[in-house]
Amino acid sequence: MSKYLVNKFLYTIDRDPDLVERYRADPRGTVGWWESERANTLLNCVSGEASTWLRLDDAEREALADHDYPKLFELGAHPFLTLTLFIAMFERDHDGLDYQKEYARRLAHFSLPYPDIAT
Amino acid sequence: MAELVAVIASTHHPFYYRASTATGEDRPPFADTWVAKIEKFRETLTRARPDVLVMVGSDHFHQLWLDNMPQFLVGKAPFYDANFYNEEREFGLPRMLLKGHEELSAHVLRQGLDAGFDLAFSNELRIDHSITCPIITLRPEADLPIVPLYTNIFAPPLPQPKRFVQLGRSIREIIESWPANQRVAVIGTGHLSLELGGPRQFGAHGPDPEFDRRAVEWIANGDIEGCLSEVTLDSLHLPGNATHGFMDFMLMMGVAGEGAKADHVDTLDLFHTMEAYFTWYPKGVPA
Repeated sequence: MSKYLVNKFLYTIDRDPDLVERYRADPRGTVGWWESERANTLLNCVSGEASTWLRLDDAEREALADHDYPKLFELGAHPFLTLTLFIAMFERDHDGLDYQKEYARRLAHFSLPYPDIAT
Repeated sequence: MAELVAVIASTHHPFYYRASTATGEDRPPFADTWVAKIEKFRETLTRARPDVLVMVGSDHFHQLWLDNMPQFLVGKAPFYDANFYNEEREFGLPRMLLKGHEELSAHVLRQGLDAGFDLAFSNELRIDHSITCPIITLRPEADLPIVPLYTNIFAPPLPQPKRFVQLGRSIREIIESWPANQRVAVIGTGHLSLELGGPRQFGAHGPDPEFDRRAVEWIANGDIEGCLSEVTLDSLHLPGNATHGFMDFMLMMGVAGEGAKADHVDTLDLFHTMEAYFTWYPKGVPA
C-alpha cells in the first residue's frame, strides 16, 4: 500500500489544468507517465533527490487507471482529494448536483467505519 | 494594550461568492436569504471597528501537503496571495491579495511557543478559501491586515479536540498581552456535520441535523465542557467524514471563553450542510 503516493497523484493532477484534462482523456497513459516520470520527485527539490523506494501497488495503479473512485475510497485515498479531482473531470457531463449524487450512490455500500485515510 | 473587540466563528461555504453574485436564471433560490443573513453577520464585525484580523482556517491541501504537515501554523508574511486554480475552477473564487501584519504574527509565534504550542510558521504562505470566504462575507473590502493561523483538521493524525480549545484560550491571552494600541478581531471558520467524497454527501441537508442542532447549542452557549465531554476524534466521524472541521469552532469557543454566550447566532439550512454564524463581543456590545 502506498496511500501517500496515491494521494500525491490526485494532488498533483488536481493542481494542473493540463493534467486534469490529460487524466480525463487518457487515464492509464497518464498514470503510467506520472509513475515513471513524476512520482518520486520529492522534497520540492531537484530530480537527484528522487525517492528510491516509493511506488504504487497493482491495486492502486489499476484503480487510478480505471477512474475507479469507489476502489480508491476502499483503498483509503483521501476522499477530499478524490472528490475534488473527479468533480473537475466529470461534473461537466452532468446537470446540477447529479454527478455528486451519483458519486454518493456508487459509495452506498460503505458504512461506518470508513476505510482509514491516515497515510 | 491591544483590545479583543470581536470573536467571530462561521462556516466557510465556498459557493457563497458565486451564489451572491449570480443573476437571472443562474441565481439560486436561496441566494437572497443567504445574502441577507450574511449582511447582518457582516455588520457584527463592522460595528466592532477592528484594526487587524487574526484568521483561523484550515488549508485544504492547497498549500500544505503530506510531506511536511504542520498541526498548527502561523503565517508571518507581509502579504498573502490567496485562492488557487482549483478553487477558481470549482467555486468561481477570485484571486485576492491580503496584507499581513508581521508584528502581530511575531508576537503570536513567540508567545504561543512560550505558552507550550510548538507552532510552525511560514514566510510564504498562500491562503485558501477557509480564510478568503470569511473575508468575502465579513470584510469584502479586504482592507485590514491579517494574521492567518492554520490548523490541521483533515490529514490524520489530528490534534485532540481539547488542544484546539486550549489554543483558542491561549490566542486570546496572547492578543490581550500585545502591547499595541490596536483593536483585534479573531475570525475562525469550520464546519458542522459535513461529508465529502463519501456515501452521505450532497443530501438535501447536512448529513447529521441532530449533531448540527447540538453543535449550534454548544457554541451559542459557550458550553465548552459539555462539548468536550461528547466530542472525540473518533466520534467526529459519525456526523460525516469531514466533520473534524468542527474543531475550528471549538478553537473559537476557546477564544470566546467558557460559558460565554454569543451575541449573534444565526443559521441557514442549505443543501448538504448547515451554515452557522456566531459573534461574541468580549468588551460588550459596541454602541
